[in-house]
Amino acid sequence: MSGRDVVLRKVRRALGVTGEEAARRSAVAERLKKSEPNIIPERGKRDREGRVALFREMAEAVSATVERVAASDDVPTAIARYLREQNLPAAFRAGADPAIGALPWDREPNLTRLSGASDGRDTVGLSCAIAGVAESGTLVLVSGPDNPTTINFLPDAHIVMLSADDIAGDYETVWQRMRERFGAGKAPRTVNLVTGPSRSADIEQTLILGAHGPRALHIIVVG
Amino acid sequence: MNLTADRFKDNVRVALDDDQLQRALTHVRSNFIERRAKAVDALPEFEALREAARAVKDHALTHLDLYLEAYETRVAESGGHVHYAETAADARDVILNICRKAGARTVTKGKSMIAEEVDLNNHLEAHGVEPVETDLGEYIIQLRGEVPSHIIAPAVHVNQDQVEADFRRVHTHLAAERDLAEPTSLLAEARGVLRDRFLAADVGITGANFLVAETGTSIIVTNEGNGDLTQILPRIHIVIASIEKIVPTLEDATTILRLLARSATGQDMSVYTTLSTGPRRPDDPDGPDEYHVVILDNGRTAMLGTEFQDMLRCIRCGACMNHCPVYHAVGGHAYGATYPGPMGQVLDPAIFGLKATHDLPNASTFCGRCESVCPMKIPLPKMMRHWRDKEFERGLSPAPQRWGIRAWAFLARRPALYRLATGLMMRALGNLGSDRGRFQMLPFAGGWTAHRDLPAPEGRTFMSAYRAKAQNKGRKT
Ligand code: SF4
Repeated sequence: MSGRDVVLRKVRRALGVTGEEAARRSAVAERLKKSEPNIIPERGKRDREGRVALFREMAEAVSATVERVAASDDVPTAIARYLREQNLPAAFRAGADPAIGALPWDREPNLTRLSGASDGRDTVGLSCAIAGVAESGTLVLVSGPDNPTTINFLPDAHIVMLSADDIAGDYETVWQRMRERFGAGKAPRTVNLVTGPSRSADIEQTLILGAHGPRALHIIVVG
Repeated sequence: MNLTADRFKDNVRVALDDDQLQRALTHVRSNFIERRAKAVDALPEFEALREAARAVKDHALTHLDLYLEAYETRVAESGGHVHYAETAADARDVILNICRKAGARTVTKGKSMIAEEVDLNNHLEAHGVEPVETDLGEYIIQLRGEVPSHIIAPAVHVNQDQVEADFRRVHTHLAAERDLAEPTSLLAEARGVLRDRFLAADVGITGANFLVAETGTSIIVTNEGNGDLTQILPRIHIVIASIEKIVPTLEDATTILRLLARSATGQDMSVYTTLSTGPRRPDDPDGPDEYHVVILDNGRTAMLGTEFQDMLRCIRCGACMNHCPVYHAVGGHAYGATYPGPMGQVLDPAIFGLKATHDLPNASTFCGRCESVCPMKIPLPKMMRHWRDKEFERGLSPAPQRWGIRAWAFLARRPALYRLATGLMMRALGNLGSDRGRFQMLPFAGGWTAHRDLPAPEGRTFMSAYRAKAQNKGRKT
């Protein structure tokens, strides 16, 4: 008998079930189909501006930096300024996201944009988040050619563009949007929920920023 | 794993005399408790979330067979492979086989307690595959040849100067005169050394905080980004997780996530919550070509449907040990099994057998703090009592204790005899202790009087005092 059959048989024997019970099967099928929320904290239940404000407050509380620009056309200049202020090189890596490609890069001719996945030699990465979660100041990033996952982790500094319209109050709203986008029961290879820059408290419980992921996380909220 | 739970009492003596350890433990006593309390207070729904999370896991456990089937269907649909392992040895074999087939030389590892439980590193090493721990705490203890002393802060027993010494000893390719006085420079050095290992590894092994049946997704939670690099860089990603990690939906995982970091480190959310589903897709520029999930039983199905089932709700947050006076006093290694603290005192006997671990369920003052902070409302003290019952039933408790309990049971079933015996004893003790009101030494009670005095009884039993009082009252009315 395979390991699978042994373990499943042991589970069923322990529970005193056969696995054929109609009531159990429909309970499971229903739950998987409905994906109902359990309890959603009040904290995130605000209007659009309220969500943007809470997102910012929570992200800054975990040492991310947040700036807001009026329109996506302002993003290249915001990036150039941030890199200058942080003494970072005027070069970054980004994926093939059309939202990045469509920006007026000619306004900042000094910026160099490399494309594709990161091999660990980039100092700065740029990504587009599909959503923000106001409740905890969390970014939601999905893998694919548009935004390779390596860019979220390997560069020293990570800049993330996020549309103000995409800031949800809670995670549950984001899951629902993902189902609409990728299909029920499906998910991209990697989904990253990112709440602040990387850190470790493994040495005497002292919190230090910049472990294996980026040392700095800069979020540009658009709109 | 080097199981030393059978020498628990000796381990405790060593731990209490270990100055380095005692210094390190002060960080547990202060930081964790304060941070958790603050985060919990800031979320008014925390209590309601605990109830909801308990309901999620109870539902998942009573339908576990069906959710496992739904989960493995989804994993297969997304191009991944599920392997079941009944025992620790099975899990080691499955993983080694995958590594061998891939011709893997090095494996990076995200932090996984299940990998510790099945003693994966030693097995890989013995067969020519080098495992590299990438969580800073895990990396430190790997350099020291130790096992984790805490489930979320594996190197909590190590002080900064010891880390510096270990780095100097091992990182000999770096300049000897470099400055490592600050924790930041230690972290930067580990980042640099491990970055190369990440990029060179053939296989990445992570644990999982959740396996989501709805989508066939495994979820890990980290602050460092190490598990996250482990799941994206190597050609093969292997997840090792135990059966009870299954939750039905992303919403259900979310409910528990709202409790996890708050209970563990006092964060609202850990920095990275990463969801992995299958291997990379055809046009993905990064991600593994193969995705395997090894689902481990190792004693857990034997807990299902029993008085120990509630333990399978555990989400490994560590709050119970962070609040445990025994853990505070002796640290994690003294327990001598993979899982320390209250959750380990219940789980270790189920995994490693009661014979080798029967001292653990006894190492409790039953103060109840563990249960009161457990986000999953697991009745830890009650389950320790269940193990004590089993210890007695199987004749594993020390002989004097067994005789004592038998003698007491004999008397307790014979009320007249009981009253006579206890009455005589109380009078004798009352007379003996009447001058000082307490005993500094007493035969058969050395375990108590070695550390504190025993108050002397006043010469009467409760029953006789009660009767006298009742008679008095009867006379007055
Ligand atoms: S028993 Fe409860 S408190 Fe302890 S680790 Fe598990 S979930 Fe956390």
